[in-house]
Amino acid sequence: MKALRRKLLRDLWGMKGQALAIAMVIVSGVATFIISLSALDSLRETRAVFYREYRFAGLFASLKRAPESLADAVRAVPGVDRVETRVVATANLEVEGFPEPVRGLLISVPDGAAPALNDLYLMRGRPVAAGRDDEVVASDAFALAHRLNPGDRIGAVINGKRKVLRVVGIGLSPEYVYQVAPGSIFPDPKRYGVLWMGRKSLAAAWGLEGAFNDLLATLSPGASPQDVVDRIDGILSPYGGLGAYTRDDQVSHRYLTEEFRQLGTLASVFPVIFLGVAAFLLNVVVSRLVSLQRDQIGVLKAFGYSNSQVGWHYVQLIVLIVIVGVAGGLALGAWLGRGMARLYLAFYRFPQLHYELRPAVAVSGAAASVASAVLGAIQAVRKAALLPPAEAMRAEPPERFHVTWPERLGLRRILSQPARMIARNLGRRPAKTALSILGIGFACAILMMGNVQEDAVGFMVDTQFRLSQREDMTVTFLEPASARAMSELRAISGIRHGEPFRSVSARIRHGQRSWRLAVQGFPREGSLHRVLDTRLRPLRMPEEGIVLTDYLADRLGVRPGDKITVEVLEGSRPVREVPVVGVVGEYFGVNAYMDLSALNRLLGEGNAISGAFLAADLEDRQKVYDALKGMPRVAGTVVREDAIRSFYETMGGTMLLFTFVITLLAGTIAFGVVYNGARIALSERSRELASLRVLGFTRGEISYILLGELGVLTAAGIPLGFLLARWITAHIADQMKSDLFRVPMVMAASSYGFAALVVVVSALLSGLLVRHSLDHLDLVAVLKTRE
Amino acid sequence: MRDAGEEAADRPTGDPVFRARGVTKVYRMGEVQVHALRGVDLDLFPGELVVLLGPSGSGKSTLLNILGGLDTATGGTVEYRGKELTRATERELTEYRRRHVGFVFQFYNLIPSLTAVENVAVVTDIAAEPMPPEEALGLVGLSDRLHHFPAQLSGGEQQRVAIARAIAKRPLVMLCDEPTGALDAATGIVVLEALERVNRELRTTMALITHNADIAEMADRVIRVSSGAIHSVTRNDRKKAPREMRW
Repeated sequence: MKALRRKLLRDLWGMKGQALAIAMVIVSGVATFIISLSALDSLRETRAVFYREYRFAGLFASLKRAPESLADAVRAVPGVDRVETRVVATANLEVEGFPEPVRGLLISVPDGAAPALNDLYLMRGRPVAAGRDDEVVASDAFALAHRLNPGDRIGAVINGKRKVLRVVGIGLSPEYVYQVAPGSIFPDPKRYGVLWMGRKSLAAAWGLEGAFNDLLATLSPGASPQDVVDRIDGILSPYGGLGAYTRDDQVSHRYLTEEFRQLGTLASVFPVIFLGVAAFLLNVVVSRLVSLQRDQIGVLKAFGYSNSQVGWHYVQLIVLIVIVGVAGGLALGAWLGRGMARLYLAFYRFPQLHYELRPAVAVSGAAASVASAVLGAIQAVRKAALLPPAEAMRAEPPERFHVTWPERLGLRRILSQPARMIARNLGRRPAKTALSILGIGFACAILMMGNVQEDAVGFMVDTQFRLSQREDMTVTFLEPASARAMSELRAISGIRHGEPFRSVSARIRHGQRSWRLAVQGFPREGSLHRVLDTRLRPLRMPEEGIVLTDYLADRLGVRPGDKITVEVLEGSRPVREVPVVGVVGEYFGVNAYMDLSALNRLLGEGNAISGAFLAADLEDRQKVYDALKGMPRVAGTVVREDAIRSFYETMGGTMLLFTFVITLLAGTIAFGVVYNGARIALSERSRELASLRVLGFTRGEISYILLGELGVLTAAGIPLGFLLARWITAHIADQMKSDLFRVPMVMAASSYGFAALVVVVSALLSGLLVRHSLDHLDLVAVLKTRE
Repeated sequence: MRDAGEEAADRPTGDPVFRARGVTKVYRMGEVQVHALRGVDLDLFPGELVVLLGPSGSGKSTLLNILGGLDTATGGTVEYRGKELTRATERELTEYRRRHVGFVFQFYNLIPSLTAVENVAVVTDIAAEPMPPEEALGLVGLSDRLHHFPAQLSGGEQQRVAIARAIAKRPLVMLCDEPTGALDAATGIVVLEALERVNRELRTTMALITHNADIAEMADRVIRVSSGAIHSVTRNDRKKAPREMRW
């Protein structure tokens, strides 16, 4: 078979442009597959290793205050393995050279020993020394944001008392891989930092000597998490327990899991599109090759090559193209996959990346490519294999054409002769025409999807901060305060306007389903912090009843008019039935809202407030910050502008890279489809076009016939792509829906324009390449060839 | 139409290589039904050179294709050395073509991406006891053109490569469809000489299609075909050498 193999290689070389275009599409498919799956595997492995080595807890509980001896009661709960008690405190931090308010979370570590659970990975420096009440280990993200080094000092107001803390080490904890402040949506390491401090010192500062307010536990194998949670809740509720939860509900872990789930969704969508398009292209190209080589197939058969040998010959051709694509895809995928995983590492804090490209992932990527390619081309190969030799030796019968429907509808007179040729060429093989349009549509859709994330997130942020959370800053008190605290805040010079709010930890139940969250109360006449209805209009809070995020209402299975049970987890822990009076559409988190007075009535606490939303002019901000720092009851201040800014800072880089890679890959599809279509049209019609040239048509005129066809395909593909993008995005958004966020279907006009532009440029580029061949059409030779 | 028995006087001795009886062929070409063969009886004997003479469209190519296992008959029987080709499976036909038949076509049908020697090797790669491709090309006088691509060869040279490709597997029968149809007279004679030499030296049974009556003079027997049937069979008492022919 040596001579035949040589034919194979020469045939391949003869169609190198097309083969390369197809290989590039396969490269894109395999690469996206490898990138997503290897990044996913690596992150999972990296997380698993970190969790295991640093003994990440399986169960978490916060409470008001309990004596240390209560830990034994928890230890005695069947199913509980190890227990660690802690003191967790909030603080206002002052970092030199950074004027804005910084919220701090102080977590105790055992004096003179490593934590039994949620251990710290020390990147630099040393652990806190026993008996030192001013030493802390700072979280890596916070240290990085402020360029803190061991030996640096930061100021902290803990429980109203100012203290200078010395950073002795920089550490990472499995508990704060994703560091996001309570109530925030995005990590903001400049304005939120986690610090670890010796247990005795922190307990003293927070007034919890001999007591704890936070508890970690691991479960023994086979234990029922729900049973353990219920029992621990029973033990802790007299001590102000806020409800225990398992790792599945731990914030950092939740965010990571969601992120991994998104990666998994992307891993399934993109490669399917790329490999589908590659299969289609191979079908078109091999079909054409087979019809060009009809007589060669006839000769091979005449001399005794069997159907399977002829079939295998063409399968080998496909496999060779696929091998090039797979090899390129694996290399590119491994390279970008590692890069992608590193990028994630900038977001999430892990000690080190365990990059792994599992052989199974590489093999399944390669197998999927080969399978889809062979599947795509099998019909063409079958046609070659089963072609009866005598028929193969004859010229192909003339193609059947017919008058197309636009012509029948009366356009015939309007259409010029070349336009009719275009219409009939397209109508001759409707399936191929439809698939070409679909291919271009997918290219356009992928391009849109590169931008759609950015569009959606932009829209989400805009809605959140410009329509809903319009306050300039949010102040939270250490303890619920009276209405007088509000007047004090309003009295601060620079504050234009202030509105109080109440926030209370609660569990809401409907039948068997329950959800732990903070019920928030706002004044009905509020104008700063507004709740939006499902059509983004400000909702006037009803006087009675509770309003839920639509996602939460779905999860609980309630509709307006139904009653839910609210179990308050603070104060006198009242349990009340409350009617659901409304549902709001929100993109971030899940919330329950009530009128402030109604919530206070439910709590039976009079006019208490948890904090306030404030509006202040930009030039007065620093004055306001300084005034707030001096107020002992203020636990923390969040500045709105900063949340937006920090979000764009962190997301910008990743999005840009993602968009760039997707654009490049989608461009290969657009180019692959249009270029192959053009090459095949040229080979099918060079005879006819040369005849027209002989009859006196100009180069421009024959180019119009050929490239006009591609123009029609491209023009039809782009709007289809818009539709496909909407459809795929809706599917992905639905898959990614979680209580953390729901991505809305938003596509900016610029995204439509960008996608269309890239497709048109790719089409023009392929058109130019083919135009070059058209200009060099050898009229005499083409007319001489036998057909 | 003549009965096979009437040809007894013209028939060489020995069992026929091919024995065709009542062969018909109907095929569709686009939307047209073509009755290519309308009941053909034919015998071909070992070592003889037969010319099938007839105008284009007479059905001679269809007949040759059926004999060569490239096409199947619509009706009738064709036997090759006692085996019925008309009942053979696809696999058996492939095997038959691979082991026993060599084809030469009007338009050479070389594989353009392969050189002369590679075009021959395509066949020797799958044959049982082939001659080396270089030797086959030597027999047709192309020893100095081994590594030329078809596009670099003249029509006559291409056709001689095709002949070399056909003889390289040492076939028992050679079927040539208008081998000189695309060539000028001088080149055609060179090609016919090559074929005549193969018939003479290798004792290969050869059937040669032409619409050129002059070429018929080199045959042992001339079978005239018209409108899908055999019109007459004549025997040449003296075969002319191609060199003596002109057209």
